[in-house]
This record gives sequence, C-alpha cells and structure tokens, in this order.
Amino acid sequence: MWDYSDKVKEHFFQPRNAGPLADANAVGDVGSISCGDALRLMLKVDPETETIQQAQFQTFGCGSAIASSSALTEIIKGMKLDDALKVSNQDIADYLDGLPPEKMHCSVMGREALQAAIANYRGEEWSDDHEEGALICKCFAIDAVLIEDTVRANNLSTMEDVINYTKAGGGCASCHEGIEEILAKVLAERGESFKPVPVKAKEAPKPGKLTNLERIRRIEAVLESVRPQLQRDHGDIELVDVDGKTVYVSMTGACAGCQMEALTLQGIQAKLMEELGELVKLVPTRAGSLARATSQP
Amino acid sequence: MQGIYLDNNATTRVDPAVVEAMLPYFTEQFGNPSSLHSFGNKVGLAVKKARMQVQELLGAEHESEIIFTSCGTESDSTAILSALKANPERREIITTVLEHPAILSLYSQLEKEGYAAHYLKVDGKGRVDMDEYKRRLSDKVAVVSVMWANNETGSFFPVLEMAELANAAGVMFHTDAVQAVGKVPIDLKSSKIDMLSLSGHKLHAPKGIGVLYLKRGVRFRPLLRGGHQERGRRAGTENTASIVALGKACEMALAAMQHENTEVRRLRDKLEAGILARVPHAFATGDVTNRLPNTSNIAFEYIEGEAILLLLNKFGIAASSGSACTSGSLEPSHVMRAMGIPYTAAHGTTRFSLSRYTTEDEIDRVIQVVPEIVAQLRKLSPYWGENGPSAEPEKDFAPVYA
Ligand SMILES: Cc1ncc(COP(=O)(O)O)c(C=O)c1O
Repeated sequence: MWDYSDKVKEHFFQPRNAGPLADANAVGDVGSISCGDALRLMLKVDPETETIQQAQFQTFGCGSAIASSSALTEIIKGMKLDDALKVSNQDIADYLDGLPPEKMHCSVMGREALQAAIANYRGEEWSDDHEEGALICKCFAIDAVLIEDTVRANNLSTMEDVINYTKAGGGCASCHEGIEEILAKVLAERGESFKPVPVKAKEAPKPGKLTNLERIRRIEAVLESVRPQLQRDHGDIELVDVDGKTVYVSMTGACAGCQMEALTLQGIQAKLMEELGELVKLVPTRAGSLARATSQP
Repeated sequence: MQGIYLDNNATTRVDPAVVEAMLPYFTEQFGNPSSLHSFGNKVGLAVKKARMQVQELLGAEHESEIIFTSCGTESDSTAILSALKANPERREIITTVLEHPAILSLYSQLEKEGYAAHYLKVDGKGRVDMDEYKRRLSDKVAVVSVMWANNETGSFFPVLEMAELANAAGVMFHTDAVQAVGKVPIDLKSSKIDMLSLSGHKLHAPKGIGVLYLKRGVRFRPLLRGGHQERGRRAGTENTASIVALGKACEMALAAMQHENTEVRRLRDKLEAGILARVPHAFATGDVTNRLPNTSNIAFEYIEGEAILLLLNKFGIAASSGSACTSGSLEPSHVMRAMGIPYTAAHGTTRFSLSRYTTEDEIDRVIQVVPEIVAQLRKLSPYWGENGPSAEPEKDFAPVYA
C-alpha cells in the first residue's frame, strides 16, 4: 500500500477537529465525489479580528484526504484570514512530512476548501480553476491535463520540450509512452505528426565514487536546474547543508495552487538520487510552515 | 496476532505441501528438462506429471493442451495476439466491460492499432445481454474474450454458453479463468472453449507461473519464439520448480473442491449476512446468487474504501477495495461503475475473499470489527448526520467541481 509518513498515519487514525461545527460562520465544500475525495471545512471566524477561532472538518476520502483535512485545521486555527489564505498545499504536505505523488491532490483539496470557506465568509463567489487529469509522471506528480495544456500553449513537439517545460518524464522515463500519446494527439490537432527524437543522454553518474566536492557540485547543479521552474512560480530553493545522506535545503514561496507546486521535494529528491547514484534524503529547513503550525495552541 | 487474510483474490499463500514439492527443483533436481542426460530427464518427468495434474483440474482432453507460461497476463496476451495473427483479415474483437486490465489494456492498445473492439455492457448485477452478444458475432470477429469469474465481485459470466455461440459463428473463444480455476469445477473437454488462462498464485502456487490451455486443433501463433519448449508454442527454458508447484497446487485444489463449495461458501455467506445485518446502508454487489464461493464484495455507502482498508489493517484484517484512491487513479473501479453503482457507494466497496485456510473464528472477528470501523468513518463523513445519512445526502453536500 501507500508509503505514508508516520505523521499522515497519526492524523488519519486520530484526526483532530473532526465533525460538524454548529456555530460555523464560514463553510467551504469542495472536492469531487467521482474522484472519491470531498471535504467540508467549517470555520468560526471572529468578525472583530478576522481570526479563525475554531476549525472543524468532515471528509469523504482516503487516508491522506482525512489526514490533510486534519492537518489543515491544525495549521489555520488562530490565524488571521489573510494569513490563512497564504497557506499553500505544500504547507499542508510538509506539515504531514510529505505525501506520495498520487496523493498530492489531497493537500490541494485542503487549500481549496480553505479558500472556499473564506470566500463564503466574505460573501464572495469562489470558483475553482483547477482541472485534474490522470497522473502521468509519478516522479514529479504531473498529470495529463497539465502536460496537454503546456504542450498546446507553447507549441511543444518533442519529449525533450515536455521535460523542459513541465519536468514530466524527466525522472525514471517510464511514462514516456503516455507523454508521446499526448504529443501525438496535440500535434495531430495542429496538422502535424509526432516524430520521435532521442532525448539527449545525460552523463552517467558514477555511484559512490564521488569526492565530497564533486558530490556537492552535483547537488548544486540539480538544484540549479530546477530553480528556473520554481522561480517562474515565484518560489526558490537553496542548498543549506549536506550531512552524510541528508541534504538540507531552504525553500521559499512555492507558487500556491498551481500544479507546478507538485514539483516538490520528492521530485527533486528523485533527481538527486539519480544524479548521485545513491540514496539521499532531502529535508527542507523551512522556517515558515513548521513554525506557523507549532506556534498555534 | 497472525493476521486475518481475506484478500485471496489478490493472491494466496503458497501451501506448505506445495513449497515442499518444489524445493528439490532448486537443488538436486536442477537439470534442464530438455537435456538428454539423467540430470534433465528426471526433471522432464516431473514437468510431465505437473502437466497432467493441471490437465486433470481443467478436465482437458489432452495433456499437450496445457502450455506453461509466466503468469495469467502472459496467457491472456498470448491467446488474444495469437488469434489476431491467425486471422489477419478479421479486424473486430469482443470482450466485456468487466474484464481485468490484463485484457482491457490490451484491447485498448489494439484499438489504437486499428482494431474495432466491442465491449459488452452489463446490467446492475454485472450480467451481459446475450442478444447484444449474438448481434456482435460475425465473420469479421477474430476473437471473443470473456472472464469466467470477475475478480472484484466473483460473479460468473455464462462462458460455456457464450463459447457455444462463438463456436457456432466460427469465432475463437478465450476465457480468463484466473479467478475461477481451483474454486469451481471445470470440464474443458465437454466445452467449446478454445483457450483459457489461469495463474498459479491464485490457487496456492507461487507467483510467476501460469497456464494457457489451448484446445487441440485451434490455430495458434506463439508470442515467444525460440527453443522447442512447450512444443514450440512458448519458447524459453521452463520454470521447473514453479511448474512442479503448480501441478501440486492443482492436485490439492481438486481434492479441496468439495470443501471450497460447501465450507468456504458457508463462511463467506456467514460473513456477508453478519455484516449486512449489523451495518445499515450497505449492500452486496454483483450477481450474488451466481458467483464464486469465496468472494463477497460489499459497498459501504458514504465512506471511502482506502480509509476502510487502513482501519481494517490496524485490526490485522486484510481486504481490498474498488476505490480510486487505492489504485492511485481518478475513478473508482471500472467494475462498479459499469454496474451503475453510484459514486457514493462505489468508492466504499470492499472485497473480502476467503480461502480454504479461513477459519470460523476469523470470520466472527471480522463481523465484530467491521461495524465499528464503518461507524467511525461515517462520523467523519459530510454525507452522514447524527444517526444516518443526512436528509438528502447528495443535495446537503454538493461540493464544488464535482
Ligand atoms: C481475472 C484476472 N485476470 C488476470 C490476472 C493477472 O494474473 P497474473 O498476475 O498472474 O498476471 C488476475 C490477477 O489479478 C485476475 O484476477
């Protein structure tokens, strides 16, 4: 079954803040029953200070959907609405010590419930702009809709383009058949046909034979290679330290809500392992979300 | 605690007697059955014995109709692709919407390659419309593939009758009997079934061994060409230890056939009745009067299957689910959707599949645990009120972007 973190399991087996909230003045119902995940988030907001005094949830969904809902309520309790709006799905995933790529959408659902609830409180219409497709790239958690949209918007025509624009297919390469099908379909719409061009082979890593310096250079090169993507979404990543098998990085302002966000630590970690030819653990030393979560009562 | 294993449609434990039978073929009996010397010769005889044990379980007329393969999936692919190669001018293929991915993914690939695939629809209990089937049969059809028993619900398709109809129309008929073999009596010699797939790991033999039954005289084109193994129909040096194991497992399954259809069935019925009596808003899916003796698939409304499995697992109970989340896909089981089970129930379908090792104590324990788990999850569900579903569940909770 899924490789859930202990934190996910804990929040699933003992969910915090579960059940209806009678005097809620902000309610967000989101999710998709066809996908098997739906969530009602109920908040009690103090109108004077716009502070979330109480947050409760009801969730129809899997282990990580319930855990993400529970984590969300813990994160936002005591926050001001404007601060709560800044909580990203990555914050929820981080709070749970990560989610499997197939399950990142559970954290997205949490964030959307929060936006919907706040919109409800403010009397605004909330509409969702996110459409989810079948998961294609498991290394970087990228779905078919994102790939297809990117291929169309940027007139992409090769596998390498797709890897460069979306990261999809840039890891283990098992999903290349699926990506080729998307390319073929979009190219056919433009009246072109898909011609396979070999993806340039990367220099093979020499496992375990790296000097410390080489190793750090490679780590930096990997981080450098993902930075443009993150920066495009107003985020960034920096190397903080390397301690044995643990690589510490600091991440800032991941683009909340967009699917790029799924280009997460897991994806980068997979790339690092591939480049270094060894198992490493990528650990964020992000002050932001953790401090926020633990400082709440 | 040992754990209560009710996921025997996923895979089974290898019977200790089967392990014992296969072990010598890793050590002193390591020879290649094709070799002429005595190292190989004995192994060749053991493979022959295993072939006869499989033949017996299937009620096949000839021992040479048994072809050993690496798994059920290979048998399925070999059968379908052989039929297409043998009938290159026929460009239509028939199957049902309820098949295992071993058939469905292959068919969808064949569609991309230009074949016209017809997927027979089913009703709420998962039964095909025989009139639609008859209409589809023609001399343009290369092959029909219909599973003997469905892996999720255990329900049977009328494969004997469907094979007769195909035969009368001059169309090859294949059945994926991976779930049926060893659980229900089969007599292929009196049937019109041309090809049948089975998989060892569903009947207490190891994983990675399967069989394709090929009726004598049915035109065949191998998937793997090479050496003369399996009379040139499946090249590659035989997996002798697993073949011997499968033979033993078939012998044991035949001996236990009576038990499977009385005692295992009784326990399954007790489990299902016990759960349904204690859990409101739950129902058994599939054609419950016409199914495998070991399978019960129950839909628990308003909760999700992966969450059910995680909680069952905490009590040491292993089952499986048709929810989207357990497979990482976006849709719940295609089987439940095809039968028209609503989403609020399809995601909560839970399959309990027993074996001849299942005990009464285990069943009693599951009957006791399941209602608590369901109640616990329903407390979290936005579709659930104080003591039952909210007044109008799908209206009271209608999330955005459904
Ligand atoms: C109906 C059916 N067909 C085919 C298979 C695939 O068998 P194998 O795992 O041996 O390839 C299975 C196993 O899950 C099955 O249930």
